[in-house]
This record gives sequence, structure tokens and C-alpha cells, in this order.
Amino acid sequence: MTGIPFLSLAIWVPIVGGLLALATGSDRNASVARFVALFFALAGLAVSIPLYTGFDVSTSAMQFVETYSWIPRFNINYVLGVDGISVLFVLLNSFITVIVVLAGWEVIQEKVAQYMAGFLIMSGLINGIFSALDGVLFYVFFEASLIPLFIIIGVWGGPNRVYAAIKFFLYTLAGSLLMLVALLYLFMESGGSFSILDWHQLKLGMDAQTLLFWAFLASFAVKIPMFPVHTWLPDAHVEAPTGGSIVLAAIGLKLGAYGFLRFSLPIAPDASQAFAPMIITLSLIAVIYIGFVALVQTDMKKLVAYSSISHMGFVTLGFFIFNPLGIEGALVQMISHGFVSGAMFACIGVLYDRMHSRQIADYGGVVNVMPKFAALFMLFSMANSGLPATSGFVGEFMVALGAVQYNFWVGFAAATTLIVGAAYTLWMYKRVVFGAITNHHVSELTDLNNREFVFLAILAVCVLAMGIYPYPVTEVMHASVNDLLKHVSASKL
Amino acid sequence: MDGQVNFTFSNMYVDDLMGDFLKLMLYLSVAVVLLYSRGYMNDRKMETTEYYLLAIYATLGMMVMISANHFLTIYLGLELLSLALYAMVALERDSARATEAAMKYFVLGALASGLLLYGISMIYGATGTLEISSVAQAIYHQAGNRTVLMFGLVFVVAGLAFKLGVVPFHMWIPDVYQGAPAAITLFIASAPKLAAFAMAMRLLVNGLFELAEQWQSMLMFLAVLSIVLGNLAAIAQTNLKRMLGYSGISHMGFMLLGLMSGVVGGDRHFALNAYSSSMFYVISYVLMSMASFGVILLMSRSGFEAESLDDFRGLNKRNSWFAGVMAMVMFSMAGIPFFIGFFAKFSVLQAVVAAGYIWLAVLAVVMSLIGAFYYLRVVKIMFFDEPADSAPITATTDMRVLLSLNGVAIAVLGLMPQTLMSLCAYSLLGSL
Repeated sequence: MTGIPFLSLAIWVPIVGGLLALATGSDRNASVARFVALFFALAGLAVSIPLYTGFDVSTSAMQFVETYSWIPRFNINYVLGVDGISVLFVLLNSFITVIVVLAGWEVIQEKVAQYMAGFLIMSGLINGIFSALDGVLFYVFFEASLIPLFIIIGVWGGPNRVYAAIKFFLYTLAGSLLMLVALLYLFMESGGSFSILDWHQLKLGMDAQTLLFWAFLASFAVKIPMFPVHTWLPDAHVEAPTGGSIVLAAIGLKLGAYGFLRFSLPIAPDASQAFAPMIITLSLIAVIYIGFVALVQTDMKKLVAYSSISHMGFVTLGFFIFNPLGIEGALVQMISHGFVSGAMFACIGVLYDRMHSRQIADYGGVVNVMPKFAALFMLFSMANSGLPATSGFVGEFMVALGAVQYNFWVGFAAATTLIVGAAYTLWMYKRVVFGAITNHHVSELTDLNNREFVFLAILAVCVLAMGIYPYPVTEVMHASVNDLLKHVSASKL
Repeated sequence: MDGQVNFTFSNMYVDDLMGDFLKLMLYLSVAVVLLYSRGYMNDRKMETTEYYLLAIYATLGMMVMISANHFLTIYLGLELLSLALYAMVALERDSARATEAAMKYFVLGALASGLLLYGISMIYGATGTLEISSVAQAIYHQAGNRTVLMFGLVFVVAGLAFKLGVVPFHMWIPDVYQGAPAAITLFIASAPKLAAFAMAMRLLVNGLFELAEQWQSMLMFLAVLSIVLGNLAAIAQTNLKRMLGYSGISHMGFMLLGLMSGVVGGDRHFALNAYSSSMFYVISYVLMSMASFGVILLMSRSGFEAESLDDFRGLNKRNSWFAGVMAMVMFSMAGIPFFIGFFAKFSVLQAVVAAGYIWLAVLAVVMSLIGAFYYLRVVKIMFFDEPADSAPITATTDMRVLLSLNGVAIAVLGLMPQTLMSLCAYSLLGSL
């Protein structure tokens, strides 16, 4: 391992790139802004790769740790580090940023510099969330990342964008403000430390743990989103521009789930155990009920949004059954969902750019005019419904196995997602892609151009590779997950 | 600035680090305010000798308040400030709204001065002295009549609450903020808050610290009401100046949260932490307040007041940079990181939680959430809506540069708040 601060680079390279893109100013320099953005997105990915190649899989300790004093007045430090749980998300986020920049390349014609800057800055902030080991640093990144997405949805979004943007912002803020009080409480209880790792060791009574658990739950449940606080997500997805939907689905939803693993479970293990049945119930409702809700959607983006909620239900289920298969499966599911949902939204974006409609009923027979697109869309739809040999299968299978170990009926209920998921995804696919062309606009569609083909093909390779050989992903998380479980099973009382 | 406390003018006047630091901030904010308002006042033929004279007298009054070590010195400074402000509000003679605002301000202000003076006389009656450090001594030795002292305390707090503009003594704020010319509102909404904070420190902390438990519960009441009412009422406003007035009420409530967390069950070791967080809050607020009114002045031109929310429609399409500055101010006021407003809220909330008032912290964050809505609405109007007006922004270069620096300061101090935070704590060390 070298002394190069890769984590700081992964955070600040995109942010600096975003500011530079912003500096290109008006739309006369739009192409400059695009290339600046692409360059820094690729640079951000390049500095994230050493995090994986240099990662030591044998330990659960934090790696690539950087510590600087930030605000000594409150003992707040700039501490970064990744373990097997977080490193993959830094990578995923840097990767998705490249995809997003490509996805918005020609589509966005207005205020290009601000659009690109928004995504780059958000990318840096999100890398900060995944690598922060100081409570305040985490919170600051967590909150600040709301601003770019708020602006992105509000400026480049659909007709109802203002409502969606404000709803998104206030919902998420509502949760996180309670987390702030929880952080301050932990600061006081720990005798003046904001270090997350110190908090993991902190002994807490059941009452304190319960309150902390609920405060964190408020924050992370909204972010994931869990049933019944999920209603902001379909609105945000539908109104957001394609890039916004991709980032929101691929990364945004993972922040809450990551928060459970970093805060709720290790800081309040006894409360987590005590409330596990509730979380499991809510997760199953999300998996099954929201799955059926997805089935009846007429808007493609809404359908995929509900399918995301349903998939994230699987993730929370995996966390709260407290066995290695469950947690690792949930993590694999998170990564896979990052690729698959990102790709699904990108595909819908491709159609929307041509037809300016997201209604399933407006399509039909797309395969006749867009064969390349139909093939790739098919792959992603299969992955979304959990077909073996795609990444979607691995995580769902592991979580379902873990759930059966925990309780047969929980596992059984969870596994129905394989049926419901296939039903809503494939039925949508059938109605959009197959059949006769009924709408004459469809007959005028052009197939993917090179740019679109490239980024969809890259995503397709990821989905297949992870489905066929998931070992490089699971290997990384092994040590950390085992350590986490050991920690959670030891009572803090 | 060697940390020594010097008394002068027969102990009527004190020179300590807190005073020095607050005066420095005061100079800075008055200078910025005067530069911001130059173009605006000139356009309206109000950039006259009187304006500068009054502004300087107001500044002198604030300096006296900050350094007072005697109840009458405080009163003197306060009156000098207030009289200058009443006249400044009425500077636009032909405007009915401005005259009305000045009248309201004057009548209510005179009432508040009366309350304060009444309270001071009670305290004199109970302790036999008006010198702040002797009052503290006398109370410490249990001299005087407790009941009279309590009466005095209540009136002093009421007078103070009026100057801070906290509920239920806030009635003048919305009307004065809206009615006064924008440049004068800018003045009222910035430097006097620093002076009012100093006044609270001198009266309550330096003078009546022995009664901390009593005045803390009063401040808690004022703070809760201000945060709740300020935020709720701000939602309904369509006039930006009025909205910022209500938002200022809630900010002052937040500042009081810090002041009321100093002494917990007789334990004073939280005091420095709590008071310095309040001080940091008030300085941050002044910085944000100046920038927000600065943008209003920037957008106004002769014959046109940019004070309705609608005047900011689509600002991002007209001028991205200043739309960005205003957005930063709004996010900062809402308490979103990485801006200074977040750390201001953070340090006050930390003091509140440390004092054990977790319910109060929860209430404060819930109200911040409501507050976030109307700040977001301003961002929404600037970024998401189409411009209704395409007139170019005609501000002078010095105004543009200064406003940009003000905006950048909000961001940079949000990234690196340590220096300012520790300066606040350090400057208070000698005064406790």
C-alpha cells in the first residue's frame, strides 16, 4: 500500500472537476463542460480502482485510513477509511458517475455546465459518505449530497418536478435531522468523541439504544426507502432526468442501507435484535406488496421505481436476519441493483429521449426498429427479475437462503419476489418491445447510437460478469461481514 | 488583545476580549452594510449626510452597549442606537409605509426602553448599585430583596427580548423589515444583533449570573415560541423582506437556545461552551443576513424594489453567480452543510443536548425542517421557474465583489469553522 490518499482523491477529484465544469459558464462552452466532466469522472474512477486492487481481504479493519484534525473545538476529525462493506460502493459510485455523464451527453442542452457539475459534486460527496469514519463528517456529506440532486430534479426534471424535488428534499431532511440529534447524544455519551468506531465499542443501556435505533431508522428508512415512508421515491424518479434517476437508484438508495450497517447494527445491537421482527415484516411488505404495486403501473419509470423499493426490501430483510448469507446477499444485491436499476433507467431514458413518453401504452413493437436496444433491454429486464447467470439472481438467492435458515416462512415469502419480479418486469418488457407496432411514432424510432451502445454494453458486461462469477465481490466483504455479525451478537447492555 | 480586563470611566466602561472581538465584527459588518447600501440609497436620493451621520451614531451606540459595565451605560448606548434607527427607518419621508414602520418601531421601542429602565430601577432597589460587577457581587452575597430582584429581572429580560426581536416581543420586526427601505432593513438586520447579544451577555451573564436558573427558564420560553412562530409565519410570506424578518425571529430564538444551556442544575462548566456557541451563531447569522439583503439590494434599481419573492423568478437564467450566492445563503440559513449555518446550528444544538434538553433539540430540528421549506422555496423560485423580468442587474463593481466575497465566506467558513469557533470561545474566557 502506498501513501497516496486515494480516498481523499476519490472525494475531491470529482468535486474539483465539478467546480471547473461550473466555471466554463454559459452554454456556449457546453462541449467544453462535457469533456471536462467526462475527464474528471474517468479520473475519479481511476483513483478509486487502487482501493480495490490494493484492498487486503484478510482483515476487517479499516483500510486506506486518513486522519486529520478538522474542528478540534468539538473533536471533529477528517477521518476516512473503508472496509469490505464500503469499498465496493465507492467503486460503484465512481463507475456510475461515468455512465451518468455519458447518459446526459447530448440529451441535456440547457445549462450543461451546471448539470455536469451537479453530478460530479454529488459523486464526490457520496464517496465521502461511504468513507467517512467521523459522525459529523458523515452527516455533512450525507446532507450536502441532497443539494445537487434537489437542483438536478428541479431544473432538468419533468412537468411536476418542483413538487417532486421539494418532497424529496424535505422527506430526506426530516429523517436526517433526527440523526443529528442522535449523533450529538452519542457525542455526549462517549465523553466527547465523534468517531464512529469508538461508538461501536460504546456501552449503552436498552433505553438509549432504542431511541438511537429509532433516530437512525428515521433517517435511513426514508433514504432506502422502506415501506411505509417510500412515497417520495416514485415521484422523484418519475420527474428526475435520466441521469438523476440512475444515480438515485444506483447509489442514492444504497446510502440508507449502508447507514444501517455502519450505525444502527453496531451502535445499537440489542435494539436492532429487538426490533428485527418489525423490520423483517416491513421488508416483506415492501417485497410483496410493493411488487404488486409495480405490476399495475402504466408508467415505466414508476414501475422500475417500485421495483427498486421491492428490491431494497430484500436488502433490509437480509440485514435483519443476522446471518452471513443474509448480509452478504444483501450487499451483493445492493451492488447488483446498482447496475441493473441504473441500466433500466438508462434504457427508459433512451426511449424517452426519442418518444418523450414513458407510458407503456405508447409503445409496442420496439424490437422491430431497435433490435440492438431490445437485446440489451432484455438482458437488464431478466436481471431485474432475478434470472440465474445475471447479477440479480445471486443476491436474491443468497438472501432467500439466509431467510430460510432464519425461518422457513420468511424465506418462502421473500422468495415469491422471484415470481412477482419476473411478472412485472417481463410483462412490461413484452408490452413495450414485442407485439405489432400500433403507434406510428414507434416506426420512426432509430436504434442506439454509438454513445448509447457503449454505456449500455458496459453495464451489460458488469451484470453478466457479476452473475456468472460473483466471487471477486463476495471475497472482499467476507471478513468485514463476519466481524460485524460477531459484534452484533455480543450484547452491549 | 492580551486578555486583560480593564475598567475605565469610574467602572462604567469595560474593555475585555469579548468586547474587542464583538466590536471588530461590528466594524466589519457596518462597513459592509454601508458599502452595500451606497448604490441603493443613491438611486433613491437618500445618500445624504443624515444617513451616514445616523449610521455612525448608531454604531457608536452599539459600541457603548458592547463595552458597558453599568446598567445606565447600557441604557445610554441602547437609546443612542434606537433613536438613530427610528430616524433611519423614516428616512424615506414620502413613503407612507416607511413612516408607518418608523412610527410603530418608535412606539414599541419606547415601550421596551421603558420596561428595561423599570427593570433596572428594580435591580437598583434590590442591590443598591448599578455597576454590573457590583450587582453580581451583591446578588452573590444574598443582599437585597429577592422579590424585587425577580421583578427587575423579568422586566430586563422583556426589554432585552424586544431588542432581540423574539416572540412575544417581535411584533415590530415584520412591519419594520418590510416597511423600511431595503438598505435600512439590512442595517437593522445585521450589526444590532451583535450589540443585542453583547447586551444579553453583559446584563444576564456578567450581572445576573447568580440568577441564571431563573432567566434561563424565561429564555427557554422565548426561544421555543420564537422558533415555532418565526418558522411557521415565514411560510405564509410572499414578501422576501418580511419572510427574512420572520426567519430572523427564529434565528434569534436559536441563539437564545445557546444562552439558556449555560448552567445546568447549578453546574457551570457548560457555560463557556454554551455562550460561545451562541456567539458563533449570532456572528454566522449576521454574515448570512448581510448576504441575503445584499442580494435584494443588488437586484433593486431606481424605481424598482426587488422585495417580492416573484422578483427572484428565474434568477439563475439571468445571473447564475448571484443566484448561486443566494442559494448558498438560503441553504446555509436552513442549516444544510457545508455552509456556516449548519455549524452554527450544530454548535447550539450540541450545547442544548449537553445540557440535557434532548426534547428541545428535537423540537428545534423539527422546526428547522419546517424552516427548510421556505428557504427551499426561494431556491425553487430562482432555479426552477422562468424569469419574469429580464432587466440587467445594474449594481456597481464594488458591490458585486463584496457580495461575492460575502457568499464565499459563508461557504469557506462552513468548510473551516474552527478558527471562528475558537475565537468566540477564547474571547469569552475572560468574561465569565
